[in-house]
Amino acid sequence: MNTTMSSNQAFFKQLSRYYTFYTGGFIAFVIVVGILEFAGVPNKILGYLFLFATILLYAGIGFMSKTADVGEYYVAGRRVPALFNGMATGADWMSAASFIGMAGTLYHSGYDGLAFIMGWTGGYCLVALFLAPYLRKFGQFTIPDFLGARYGGNIPRFIGVVAAVTCSFTYVIAQIYGVGIITARFTGLEFQIGVFVGLAGILVCSFLGGMKAVTWTQVAQYIILIVAYMIPVVWLSVKHTNVPVPQVAYGYVLQKVTEREKVLNDKTSEVGAKEESVRQIFRDRAAAAEAKLKELEASGPTFLAAEKDKAAAKVAELKAANADAKAIEAAEKAVKDFPADVAAAKAQWKKDADGAKAKAAPVKPHAEAFPAKDDAARDVAKKNFLALVFCLMVGTAALPHILMRFYTTPSVQEARRSVFWSLFFIFLLYFTAPALAVLVKYEVYSNLVGTAFAQLPAWVSNWAAVDKTLMAITDINKDGIVQLAEITIGGDLVVLATPEIAGLPYVISGLVAAGGLAAALSTADGLLLTIANALSHDVYYKMIDPNAPTTRRLVVSKALLLVVALLAAYVTSLKPGDILFLVGAAFSLAASAFFPALVCGVFWKRANKLGAILGMLAGLGICAYYMYITYPFFGVNAPKWWDINPISAGIFGIPAGFIGIIVGTLISPAPSREVQELVDHVRYPNLEGDLNTQGS
Amino acid sequence: MQLSEKHREYWHRNLKITGLLLGIWFVVTYVAAFFARDLNAITILGFPLGFYMGAQGSLIIYVAIIWYYARYMNDLDKEYGVHEGDD
Repeated sequence: MNTTMSSNQAFFKQLSRYYTFYTGGFIAFVIVVGILEFAGVPNKILGYLFLFATILLYAGIGFMSKTADVGEYYVAGRRVPALFNGMATGADWMSAASFIGMAGTLYHSGYDGLAFIMGWTGGYCLVALFLAPYLRKFGQFTIPDFLGARYGGNIPRFIGVVAAVTCSFTYVIAQIYGVGIITARFTGLEFQIGVFVGLAGILVCSFLGGMKAVTWTQVAQYIILIVAYMIPVVWLSVKHTNVPVPQVAYGYVLQKVTEREKVLNDKTSEVGAKEESVRQIFRDRAAAAEAKLKELEASGPTFLAAEKDKAAAKVAELKAANADAKAIEAAEKAVKDFPADVAAAKAQWKKDADGAKAKAAPVKPHAEAFPAKDDAARDVAKKNFLALVFCLMVGTAALPHILMRFYTTPSVQEARRSVFWSLFFIFLLYFTAPALAVLVKYEVYSNLVGTAFAQLPAWVSNWAAVDKTLMAITDINKDGIVQLAEITIGGDLVVLATPEIAGLPYVISGLVAAGGLAAALSTADGLLLTIANALSHDVYYKMIDPNAPTTRRLVVSKALLLVVALLAAYVTSLKPGDILFLVGAAFSLAASAFFPALVCGVFWKRANKLGAILGMLAGLGICAYYMYITYPFFGVNAPKWWDINPISAGIFGIPAGFIGIIVGTLISPAPSREVQELVDHVRYPNLEGDLNTQGS
Repeated sequence: MQLSEKHREYWHRNLKITGLLLGIWFVVTYVAAFFARDLNAITILGFPLGFYMGAQGSLIIYVAIIWYYARYMNDLDKEYGVHEGDD
């Protein structure tokens, strides 16, 4: 035992040395690109440099970690030290949504967006207290493995596989989507091509070396993403507060933002009056759109035809009056885009009305919790906030690609430490995101609002030219001065534009893109591996052919990885609807399906097979059913239960899962002696005469 | 494999610390969020307290909970002789 310990220590030292060199090398690379920029190399080339250099780097690590050993392929040989497993888990965990989207969500929803911050960190307490050490002691390869061994038979294992594949697949689509967007934006490639370039990046990491390769790439990716996230925020913080620690300094910036919000909402102040004039215009537009909707309701196609004629007449009128080219163009566009039928018109005008109404509303105070018009609405907001936090937390402690990471540490003790390191590394980014949101808000509220349209800062005009959904700015009330209500900012802009807002050179923008790419690739890697392993290990090896030789197991696993990756990329290139909902759905589904069965598996010896089957089916069933009846996409639109939004369907699924287990267990006999011994086995890190469940 | 009285005691102490830490987790998450509007009346480091908890305070406590659990349990393993390694 002592020799393994000292070999572990030597391995840790060796890894520390490698990654220190690696970090130094990466910083040197960024400096070289910076010098190239100074020398006049165009931005597009710099973008390509970042994209290909990082993908090449990941490919190199993947290639060096190639393996033909099952233990290394599935669980990285179980010798990943706690600290490095923490970094890998951090990268595995933080997706494109965390890296690029999170600060934007916080910018737009203020306190309410903190549900994601709390949910996606607090969930690790559940991982640490209920799962990680026990799963490590169990020490097999996948999460369905545990369900299969603990509850016996193939049915619990199979339900586990179905749930793992479902939630990982919905989640991986969101990641590949993020990869496509980043590649497209920074290299000018088409989105569909970007998706497949990104896919190549994902596959080179995992194909040759499975979990071993993914682990060491994820550590490398974590280092890139955290450096890329911190540099612009620290710079922005120095610019506004002279303190290089944004997380501490932004409290005072938040105070200034709050004061500014009051001025902007105060109709008697000069600035507030101007805001009000813009809001009035939006109110009129909303009223006009609603009036049209009412007419449409009453007279249907006749009204639509009349409106279309009116739009056409306006073009003619403008042309006759020799109005300016822009106005004519806009009128012509209105005719061209005129909704084809009543349903399309209804959808279009409803959207117009809602959009204008949102713009007409006063500024939402950033720090206020659950802002709403009355107490009843506030209660609904609070309920949904708490429910969402709960679902995200429990979902965190049930996502197979995260739990799987704790199989890779050398011991139970290291697994416990490793959860600490995981959350610590995730925390670094998550407690910075709210600071970034406030700093950017301050910049917009106090520097952008009030400038003349003729003198917009460069970052505003640049981004407005690139993508209207990220940055749009129009002089609605034609006073030549920017008002807050005239600005539309897309959530993703907050992170992407920070380097420019902070006045940093383009090389830092490239670095941020590389960070976003690292975040998306690392998560996609972990998810694809989870899906492929569930299919190859649990379905093929454990259920179809338990006598399969090692080489064939690995061939099947790699073939499946390829198939799943291509399928995911294909689905992504179709651009399926609401990505954020997909992510939320994955959490609620995982929470309802896995959490009750996993926790009872360790903490309730009496829990048995029938209970687990009933619990998992009830949890999944209730959760999926509630999403189906309330999420608008499916068109059922049944009334919500206690006003809970479909994204938090897990709030019903999780209790249903627990009730299912309890009822199923109590109506059938206690599990066998072997199973009870297995429970004791996972509860104690080391027992005399212990079983050995460690997979090899 | 026979569990001794000592083993049972180990498991009870594990459950106790798990329950205690879970209680803290619950308070800093749900109680803090439930009363966020009232907590916002207090200012700390320039932050309204309710906002601060959601953005930073609770997170720091989560990290501390996990750190403490790992330390406590790794010591407990040794105390009860159920630790891995040199036995």
